[in-house]
Amino acid sequence: QGQVRRPLGPYDTSEPITPYAQATSYNNFYEFGTDKADPARLAGSLKVRPWTVKIDGEVRKPQTVDIDTLQSWFPLEDRIYRMRCVEGWSMVMPWLGFPLAALIRRMEPTGKAKYVQFTALNDPKQFPGQRSRVLDWPYVEALRLDEALHPLAFMAVGLQGRVLPGQNGAPLRLAVPWKYGFKSIKSIVRITLTEKQPKTTWSIAAPDEYGFFANVNPAVPHPRWSQATERRIGDLSRRKTLPFNGYAEQVAGLYKGMDLKKFY
Amino acid sequence: MSESSATPAQRSLSKRTAPKPLGWLIPAVTVGGLLPLAVLIWDASTGALGANPVQRAELQTGLLCLVLLILSLATTPLRLVTARLGLAGGKGWTWPARIRKSLGLLAFGYGVLHFLIYLFDQGFTLSTVAEDVVKRPFVTAGFTALLLLVPLALTSTPKSVKRLGFARWTRLHQLAYAAVSLGALHYWWGVKQDHTPPLIAALVIAGLFALRLLGRKKARRSVVG
Repeated sequence: QGQVRRPLGPYDTSEPITPYAQATSYNNFYEFGTDKADPARLAGSLKVRPWTVKIDGEVRKPQTVDIDTLQSWFPLEDRIYRMRCVEGWSMVMPWLGFPLAALIRRMEPTGKAKYVQFTALNDPKQFPGQRSRVLDWPYVEALRLDEALHPLAFMAVGLQGRVLPGQNGAPLRLAVPWKYGFKSIKSIVRITLTEKQPKTTWSIAAPDEYGFFANVNPAVPHPRWSQATERRIGDLSRRKTLPFNGYAEQVAGLYKGMDLKKFY
Repeated sequence: MSESSATPAQRSLSKRTAPKPLGWLIPAVTVGGLLPLAVLIWDASTGALGANPVQRAELQTGLLCLVLLILSLATTPLRLVTARLGLAGGKGWTWPARIRKSLGLLAFGYGVLHFLIYLFDQGFTLSTVAEDVVKRPFVTAGFTALLLLVPLALTSTPKSVKRLGFARWTRLHQLAYAAVSLGALHYWWGVKQDHTPPLIAALVIAGLFALRLLGRKKARRSVVG
């Protein structure tokens, strides 16, 4: 069901797509609750229009832009990406959106810009999970500027040819397929270019377990479980996890000379 | 005529004529305890376990093991508390002690099932399992808890009580407290961020342990006094 029938692009995987029903019912989105069924159950409380995104920091064109205007700036593209959760499961997600690099270039980063910080919506009325302090709200994630400019780094507004459902991070989310899923922040309201490395939510919550880079790496176990294997949702048995989630050829160069055991 | 001098026929006759009160209790606990397993199997066969059924089954059996173990450990404190309250003629309720074994064995069964699902999850790759047990405290705690339950399950028969002697048997079965504590720790280490459920489990266990210690002190004092 819902197979995308078109020629595959250079960044697409040809693996079978995770059925829409599973991709939209098994989600980690703690803003709705810590149970994987919470996001799908409670996503109705999220109002995705009107929605604005503030872009500021080290850019020549800081601005607050309506989501529909922002979307109209770029031609939408399909990207079939693998998504590997830090918990040891994975999906194949056909995103719809535009490259993050296109947005950043449009904002004209200054010479000082070295990182891109993303902030998710902070509103306990819409996000019931934010009424408990399981994490330090709002959810913040960040990429190094060169990572953010990599053609694989993607801003998604849709899934499987449909508007992005609330539980998957509507109306605007990040998709960085070579990193663990928690890096791909959902329901973004602010993008800030910074000079210093931002503090990110999970690395604040448990610094020894979740690093800033969080590149998928079978050789670096999570302190409590191995990262050598994963279960593709829909499979009963596990498969081997690939370095950089199978995107090593494209992205390994970004980390040349870095000790990835230290910068996990 | 003392009871022991009754012939077997007489004994069984007296049993038949005067049925034990609450005779339905153990069957009810057994059926009730196995019901979640039936639901789990049903859900698995109908695809109701969600996108990641193996993980879901693993979590549910682990949780059932912990809850049943806590319930079995609650039986003695329940008798002590009801005795303090002067219920059942000051002796306290005796029925909780009668379901203790069933609860314990059910807990052990779910623990074994939990471990088997974990083994299945690892594709029965024993090298991975061994590495997990040795290197990851999360797994070490859970595995040790299950190991501690093995001798308890093996000595759960009345015969074993006789063979070991009541004092030694009781001392051995105090291992259940170590097992349940390790189980709660395993649960704590297993969750990613929201520690509320394992915290509740830990507090209940601590409460039960405190009640027992208090009960023991009281008993000693009453012997001395």
